[in-house]
Amino acid sequence: MSLSILKLVSVAMAAAVVPVGVSIQAVGGHRQSRPVAVTTLLPGSITYPMPGEFLKDGRPQGNPRLERQLDKPLEIMTFQVSVGDYAACVASGGCQPPQETRAIPNDAPVTGVSYLDANAYARWYSEATGDHWRLPSDEEWAFAAAERFAGEFEGVENDANNPARRWLTSYKAEVELNIKPDPLPRSRGSFGVNSRGLSDFSGNVWEWTSTCYVRTTLAADGTGIASSVDNCGVHVLEGRHRAYMSNFVSDGKSGGCAVGRPPDNLGFRLIRDHAGWANRIFSWLGIV
Amino acid sequence: MFTRREALFGAAIGAAAVAAMPAFSATVTQADIKALPREKIKLVSPPFVHPHDQVAKTGPKIVEFTMTIEEKPVVIDADGTKLNAMTYNGSIPGPLMVVHQDDYVELTLINPETNSLAHNIDFHAATGALGGGGLTLINPGEQVTLRFKATRTGTFVYHCAPGGPMIPWHVVSGMNGAIMVLPRDGLRNDQGKPVKYDRIFYIGESDFYIPRDEKGNFKSYESAGDGYDDIVKVMRGLIPTHVVFNGKVGSLTGDNAMKAKVGETVLIVHSQANRDTRPHLIGGHGDYVWEQGKFANPPAKDLETWFIRGGSAGSALYTFLQPGIYAYVNHNLIEAVELGATAHFMVEGTWNDDLMTQVEAPKPIAVN
Repeated sequence: MSLSILKLVSVAMAAAVVPVGVSIQAVGGHRQSRPVAVTTLLPGSITYPMPGEFLKDGRPQGNPRLERQLDKPLEIMTFQVSVGDYAACVASGGCQPPQETRAIPNDAPVTGVSYLDANAYARWYSEATGDHWRLPSDEEWAFAAAERFAGEFEGVENDANNPARRWLTSYKAEVELNIKPDPLPRSRGSFGVNSRGLSDFSGNVWEWTSTCYVRTTLAADGTGIASSVDNCGVHVLEGRHRAYMSNFVSDGKSGGCAVGRPPDNLGFRLIRDHAGWANRIFSWLGIV
Repeated sequence: MFTRREALFGAAIGAAAVAAMPAFSATVTQADIKALPREKIKLVSPPFVHPHDQVAKTGPKIVEFTMTIEEKPVVIDADGTKLNAMTYNGSIPGPLMVVHQDDYVELTLINPETNSLAHNIDFHAATGALGGGGLTLINPGEQVTLRFKATRTGTFVYHCAPGGPMIPWHVVSGMNGAIMVLPRDGLRNDQGKPVKYDRIFYIGESDFYIPRDEKGNFKSYESAGDGYDDIVKVMRGLIPTHVVFNGKVGSLTGDNAMKAKVGETVLIVHSQANRDTRPHLIGGHGDYVWEQGKFANPPAKDLETWFIRGGSAGSALYTFLQPGIYAYVNHNLIEAVELGATAHFMVEGTWNDDLMTQVEAPKPIAVN
């Protein structure tokens, strides 16, 4: 599919954002009252740097850029899960309260939530709606974020004889990004809409993904993977830059590494699987 | 709003008793001192240090400094937490002053009319009159000039000490710095051999005590005086909310990371006017460390971590041997990582495989 068609359709879909609050209310028992906006993205492909750490011949490598095909439509929340949304889960006992003490508007993204919190919300929300909701994978997130996806730093040197070149150039690259701290979450919509009609990507809230941290050793001849080790105690977050954090961390600042600018806030948005209506629309359009 | 009258009343009690003391005791005649050559120094903000000779090129002189006290709100972390700071010359810590032994330090201290509090200065390097505090208490709109002889070598703290409960409050609001009195023939190692530095950095560590509201968020106040009662309550708990280098979290990282090259020798002067600390250079060492700060004592060698007593300044001399990013921390790592006491060095140069190499990169555990 060409980019222009993809863009055209995604804009069209954005205009047809579907409030599913009705179906949520129909479940009954939960005090979820606000309709949650969902945007459906047509299948497509992206070329993006894989998450994790890559080694070849015992040396760190730039993250390989691969083309990935998403062969199903993606139904993703137009906005991040809000303070109000999450409060409903807390009120019904499905979620722990967020680690957040600041005065934040009810319609701002919920922050101070860990990977574990985000999954608890997805479980509760799935039960409440009868649909299957989950965190996006890193590649789904990158696809949805489109031009707002930042990924890894470019221009990091890889000198076989001097490992410090990599540390120094990566430190400088991060400094040159000149990201000033922007700590206080703002009302949803404050960071604008991307080309796919989705809101607030890469503002001051980094989003949890379902992708584990993985260290991959590439084959010496460059034709594949020699070995890889997953660490699913750490998950990938995406935002203004990629971050890796332990599942239980809810504050980006204390979860960051010794060097580099940590995420301002941690939040999330969800994807809905197997929604019948979308497939019906696509089949009417003759797309699927 | 905190009025100046209240501020002066609070400050005047401790200082009144010593205000009538003579300016100095005359073992050398006024004429002798007046005959000495003079040098005027322009102070610079930390971590940088004004240009100076490591070995004195002439005999003793009068070294003139001017510092203006600035009361102003400053942001001390990435969340925008505000401290109603009191500063010597606008920086936390105040600038590092460098002289040689037997020089006379002549400081003109200015308390502008726009300030609201009385201030003074106590030099740990000086002898008598509460380190000069008894002769330098000035109200907003006043200035004073103090001269003292730098009789002892070493790095020494200076701080504000305007009497009673004002003392710790002014110090933990930013009013502290350090002076380095070099031996006239420069620094010497434990064998008595001369040592030199290519670069010098001054790191002043501060402990801040910012009150929180009922939800746990940091409070801010219109003026220093408005926050006084709340801050003293936090101070009495003795647990700082922030432990930082050079006035704020991240003041010596990123764009402001300190720079050096492999093969260069760096002197790191570290002061803490109020509370003990334990600097550590991650991945490096202290080749020669004057832990107590006084150059008449031989430096300790090859230290991993050194101890700076609250109310003192020490220094560490190190020649960088490997390139990379070094973190210089208070090795109470909770204070380094959670409370802010972390600085970075960016060191360029050639990697030395003999000192370190990764023999085998991470890989799945071998199964035999």
